[in-house]
Formats: sequence, C-alpha cells, structure tokens
Amino acid sequence: MAAGVATWLPFARAAAVGWLPLAKKTMPKPPVDNSSRSDEILYLNVSGVRFQTWKNTLDRYPDTLLGSSEKEFFFNEDTEEYFFDRDHEMFRHILNFYRTGKLHYPRHECIQAFDEELAFYGIVPEIIGDCCMEEYRDRKKENQERLAEDTEANEVMDAPLPPDSTPRERLWRAFENPHTSTMALVFYYVTGFFIAVSVIANVVETVPCRPPEGRVKDLPCGEKYQLAFFCMDTACVLIFTFEYLMRLFAAPSRCKFMRSVMSVIDVVAIMPYYIGLVMPENEDVSGAFVTLRVFRVFRIFKFSRHSQGLRILGYTLKSCASELGFLLFSLTMAIIIFATVMFYAEKGTKGSTFTSIPASFWYTIVTMTTLGYGDMVPNTIAGKIFGSICSLSGVLVIALPVPVIVSNFSRIYHQNQRADKRRAQQKVRLARIRMAKKGTTNAFLQYKEDRALGDRDSDSTALCVKNRSAFEHQHHHLLHCLEKTTNHEFTDELTYSELCMTESVGFRTSRSTSLSSQQGAQNNPTGCCPRRARRRAAMRLANSTASVSRGSVQELDTLHVKTTSIPPQTRSSLNAQADDLKLNCGEQDFTAAIISIPTPPANTPDESLPPSPAPIPGILRNTRATAYTHETVKISSL
Amino acid sequence: MQVLFLKTGILFLTVDSSDSDLELSMVRHQPEGLEQLQAQTQFTRKELQSLYRGFKNECPSGLVDEETFKSIYSQFFPQGDATTYAHFLFNAFDMDRNGSIRFEDFVLGLSVLLRGSVTEKLRWAFNLYDINKDGYITKEEMLAIMTSIYDMMGRYTLPSVRDDSPCEHVEKFFQKMDRNKDGVVTIEEFIETCQKDENIMASMQLFENVI
Repeated sequence: MAAGVATWLPFARAAAVGWLPLAKKTMPKPPVDNSSRSDEILYLNVSGVRFQTWKNTLDRYPDTLLGSSEKEFFFNEDTEEYFFDRDHEMFRHILNFYRTGKLHYPRHECIQAFDEELAFYGIVPEIIGDCCMEEYRDRKKENQERLAEDTEANEVMDAPLPPDSTPRERLWRAFENPHTSTMALVFYYVTGFFIAVSVIANVVETVPCRPPEGRVKDLPCGEKYQLAFFCMDTACVLIFTFEYLMRLFAAPSRCKFMRSVMSVIDVVAIMPYYIGLVMPENEDVSGAFVTLRVFRVFRIFKFSRHSQGLRILGYTLKSCASELGFLLFSLTMAIIIFATVMFYAEKGTKGSTFTSIPASFWYTIVTMTTLGYGDMVPNTIAGKIFGSICSLSGVLVIALPVPVIVSNFSRIYHQNQRADKRRAQQKVRLARIRMAKKGTTNAFLQYKEDRALGDRDSDSTALCVKNRSAFEHQHHHLLHCLEKTTNHEFTDELTYSELCMTESVGFRTSRSTSLSSQQGAQNNPTGCCPRRARRRAAMRLANSTASVSRGSVQELDTLHVKTTSIPPQTRSSLNAQADDLKLNCGEQDFTAAIISIPTPPANTPDESLPPSPAPIPGILRNTRATAYTHETVKISSL
Repeated sequence: MQVLFLKTGILFLTVDSSDSDLELSMVRHQPEGLEQLQAQTQFTRKELQSLYRGFKNECPSGLVDEETFKSIYSQFFPQGDATTYAHFLFNAFDMDRNGSIRFEDFVLGLSVLLRGSVTEKLRWAFNLYDINKDGYITKEEMLAIMTSIYDMMGRYTLPSVRDDSPCEHVEKFFQKMDRNKDGVVTIEEFIETCQKDENIMASMQLFENVI
C-alpha cells in the first residue's frame, strides 16, 4: 500500500470507535503489535555515503528489501549500520521513493543500471511517478529495440534454415530475405534490373526519333523500333509474370498474399501487356489500350520491394491522411469561393477566358499556388481586385497548413505513440488496482481463516501468519471490526456469484425437512440477488442452516475442513439455540453466524419451500472458495 | 510548390501563448506549538512528533480537505463505498467547521479516541451520529449513518446486505437506547445505555494501543 495509507491506518482504526456502540457482535481482539513503539533512526551506508532515515519510513513498503527483514542481512554489527555495496547516487532516488511515495527516474542515468538497482531493492518499476514514467518507458523501449535489432541482425545473417523445410518454404524465404542465399540475391538484382529496363523503355519509346526515309514528321521511337521495344517489353513481362507466379506458389497464405499491396501492383504492372495481346489491332479500342499502357508505369512501384525508404514514405502518407484530407477540403472550399467570385466578376467582359465556374477553377488554383501561368487573366477592375485577394489568400490558405502539417505529422506521430502508451499504462494501472483490491480481499479472507485456526490452536498461528506485516494485520483487524458491526461478512466475487447461481437452480427435497426448518429459520425475504425472487433467498438461508445440520458430519469430512470433530447437531438443539437471543460470543466467532440467521422476528415466508440437502453438498464440494466452506463450517459447529 | 514552401517557411512561427496561471500561494497552516498540543491532548511528546511527521508528509500544506479525506478513507475499504461515512467522519473531526481538518483537529480527535475516558469516547461517538449537532440523534440521522456503514461492506457479503438491513439495525438501536421512547436519543440516554452494556464497555479498550 502507499505510504499515505500506512500513515492514516492508525487514524482509521481509531475512528472505528464510532462503530462500537452500534456493533451487533463483539469486536475481535486487535493483533498483538510486538514492534517497538518508539521510532528510531536507521543508518544506511551505501558505498561510504551515509543516509539516515526513520524506521517508519522504510516500513511503509514491506515488500521491498529495505522495508522487510531482508535488510537484516546487510546489517553490520560493528558499525551498527546497514551497509550496501551499491551506487549511492541512485540510492538517493530509491530512498526518496520511501519518503515521498513517488519514484523518479534520473534522466542522466543509464536505463539498465537503474533497472538493476530497482530489482536489487525489490521495487517494481511500474510505480514510477507519472512525471517520469514517459521518459522511462521511452528509454526502455529504445534500449530494448536496440538490443532486439542487434540480435535480429545477428540472427538474420546467421540463422540457418530449419533442416526439414520444404522447398516452398525455402523459396518464400529466398523471396523475402534475398540476402540468405546467392541465388536469391541474383534473382533480386535481376528483377530490379528488369524493372529499371522496363521503366526506361516506357519512357524512351515516347521520345521522338529521326523519322525513317519517306516521312517528314518525327516519330516516337516506340513506333520506329516497334519490334525491338515489343521484344523488350515481352521479356520484362515474362520475367515479372514468372516472379509473380513463383511468389504466389511460395506464399504461405495465398489469399493474404493476393490481397497485399505489392501483389496488386505486380498484377497491374503486367496486365496491360496481356490485355494488349488479346485485344485485336482495332483503331477503336486502341485508344483504350493506349490508356492501359499508362499502367505500365506502375512497375516503378515494384521498386518499393527493393527500397525501405519508399515503404516508409508510403506509410507516413497513409498515417498523415487526415491532415492531408483537411488541407484538400479547405483548398476546395477556397477554390470554389474564389472561382465563383471571379466568374461573376469577369462575366461581362468580351472574350473573357472565364467561360464557366469550372473553367475558373483552373485560374484559382494557379493563382492560389502562386504559379501564375498567365493563360487566364482578369480584365475588369473588380476581377483584378478579387484576383489579388485570391493570390494573397492563396499564400495563407495553402502555405499555412503545409508547415502545420509537417509539424503536425511529427507531433501526431509522437502523440499517437504517447496515447497508445498511456492507454497501455492505464490498462496496466487498472489491472494493478483490481489485483490489489482482490489481493486485499483475498488476504483478508486468508486472515480470517488463520484467525479461526489461531483461536483454536495458538501454536499453529505462528505457521499460519506467514509473512504478513503488522500493517496488514491491523488493516485486517479493522475490516473484521466492520464485519462485526454490521454482522455481515466479506466475501469475494467468485463465491458471491456462485451463491447467486446456485440459488437459481431449483431445490428439491423432502417435505419434512422444510416444515421444521421453517420454524427455525425464519428470515426476511430478501437475498443476495435482490433482483431475483425473494423466496429464493429465503430458500437459500433455510437450506444452509437446515441442510448442513443434517448429515453434517459426512459433509464436513468431504470438505476436509481443518477443525476438530464436531458433534452432529439435531435440529431440535439447533432450534433451541435459536431461541437463545443473548449473544454469547466468547472467543469463538463460530457461534456468531448461526445465531444471526434464526433470530430475526418470525415473518411468514411467502411459501414454505423445501430445502434440499442434496445440492448443497455438491456446492460445497465444488466450490473452491475457502471462505464459503468456512461459513458453513461455522454454521454447523454448534 | 517548393517555392511556396520557401516563401512561407518563415511564416511558420509558433507563438506559444502559454497562459501562465499565477497560482496563488496555497493556503497552508502551521500547527500550534508542541507544548500547547501536549497540554491539550494525552499524547506524549514523541507520539505527537511521530504523528505530525506522518501528517505533514501526507499533507504538506497542513490541511486536509474533504475530498482528500474521502479518498484516503476509501482506500481501507476497497470492497464498498466509504465516501458517505467518510463525510460524516470528516464532520466529526472538523470541529470548527471550516471545511478542512488541521493537525490540531486531527490530534485532538485522536486523543479522545485513543487516550480518552470511556465517557469521552462515547461523547465523541454521539457527536459523530448527531449529524446536525443539535444534541439529539433522530431516526433519520441514525439511518443515514447506518446506511453509510453498510455501504462500506459492498456487494459481496455473506449474508447479503438486504435493503432493510440498515433500517432494522436502526430499529434495534433505538429500541435499546431510546429510554423514554420519544423518537430521539439524547446524550444522557446514550451514555447511560452504553455504560450498562458490558460488550460495548469491554470493546472500548480495544483500540488503545493503535499509536
């Protein structure tokens, strides 16, 4: 628990005096506090630098080295101090953690050294305060990545293929990591070369060459050396097709591969050629065919397999999409506004180039981006005024978002990372809180178990107590007092939900048990699941008292309860006890539970419902929650 | 577009308009001297020193406000909701009703609870239950207190806290305490009844050795 909680516990315990006049049961005895009352100053010598602190300060965190008895191993009797042969500069931070409850990370220290110190002193790094947590995590991740990179690089280079890999796996590996084998490398360079050749061929075939004899006009080289270009294109496409089919064959998951971006690019790159083969040499469709040839330029994207940088660029554009979208949107708005204005301003002029609003779009774009081709120029005064406003605002509208986008990009990138980190941290923190709460509950239930045992046999208390600190003892005593005040017991969620579930299961037993048990076990008709029918609750309580008393010895045996032999109780004695209203608690808090159930004023239950012994033992056997089993033990112990 | 960027690259100057909120100096409080507190309470000097060190560590300003108090008290009862009871407790400690507990209030309260006579403790408890501090505990006040105590138990209890558990408890309390059956419990009735109850008297000694 936090430092603050340890300080306030005595106060909370003192405030429990407020429950005393209200308590339904007598309070349990407080735990024996053997620790010395007076606080003393401890001397900690860390590599020669002497630190001093109160013992209480260190006791705040009993599960660390300094807070537990583990530090006794470091006690030096001659000098009467605790000597640690560790870094004293980092010890300062550790000690400050005890004092203030917040652990800070010194930025100038190496992250690994800091981690090692924390591990030595038994402090989990998760409790680093928010102020330093981000820095700590960043450094840690950086360090881990660096280490991972090194190991990965080593692995990738040296890792041999598993001996029993199929040729298909080997092939896929060759494609993905060309550096693994010479063949793969050769293939990698060959495809790269052919991509380059193909792209250059596409470019060159449009360059005008000297026309052959008999012609005047310049011909593009593509038409002059049609055969040569066709052969080159065929060769490239053959290689690309071969590569694509090989990849498809080798891919571990063909569907996934076919959906991937690179595969789509591959297909788009080679499709035009095949379509061109299939299509007839027709003037009508050749126009469309020409368009298809444009897609051949996509072959250049195949280079992204060869270049890490291209991939990163693509990724960054994708991640920056929203900012770009906003830029586009604001641009569109401005363009439409200005185009409209310019169109209506220039409407009257004769021979105006502003023939329509869409035609004005071009002018607006050219002006706003300060290109200013001059193919469309306003002639009227109003047009010129608006034109100048347009160009000035263009500077603002376009120029401003661009640097903002650039900085936004880096900021958003880091922010996303931070948000993810924070979400992960939050999840971890909530999980920790939940676990701590559960831990407290479980510890408390464990404490009650041990207490029950301790009341019977003082020798075994020492064993049962284990390593619980004085603080925990006192806290548990406080919770126990609250239980006694309200006469209800804490239980954990598992038991509670089990109880609620078993309620819904119908109970069927003999009639005879019900009548007598009803007399003894009158109770108010609400239960653990108030949403369910009230009678079910009455049924449950009636069951637990009546059924356990029947054949209780047998059931107890199956429970393996750690109590001494309990004489079987007849129902009459049970009911007789029920009449005894006076609380006779003594040291045994066993008696408490049973008396509470029958004593409430007799209310006629809604229905006389038969309790059942049969399901209850089943429940008792199946449940793993010791709290519940102890509950039933207590009931029958009378 | 590149030219544009050059032209406007200079435009990009982040004007960091950080509103420097001048935080007024926090309200803080220094306690009375050690001797005075020693005189007013039953604690020894060392105990007071130890108490103050803990208190000051938690609340450097020297004051505990209600929200902090509630969060501190709730930490001890993870299963239930301790805020209502903490509110009543806060009012019981904050004797001068200024909305915050100072060290003197803290230590005076603790002195009564841990070192006071049984009558003083009972008086303190009565003061806790009497929400409006008018000298009478009405059924409504008691019901509020009782509900808040049962709230601290939470949902997962054996047997479950029924809706009328607090009511029933209040009825029992009044049956026991309200001698003249006038619907309120006065301090005399309270102290008298408690002194006659052996269990209560015995349990009053329980928390003596907390500090």
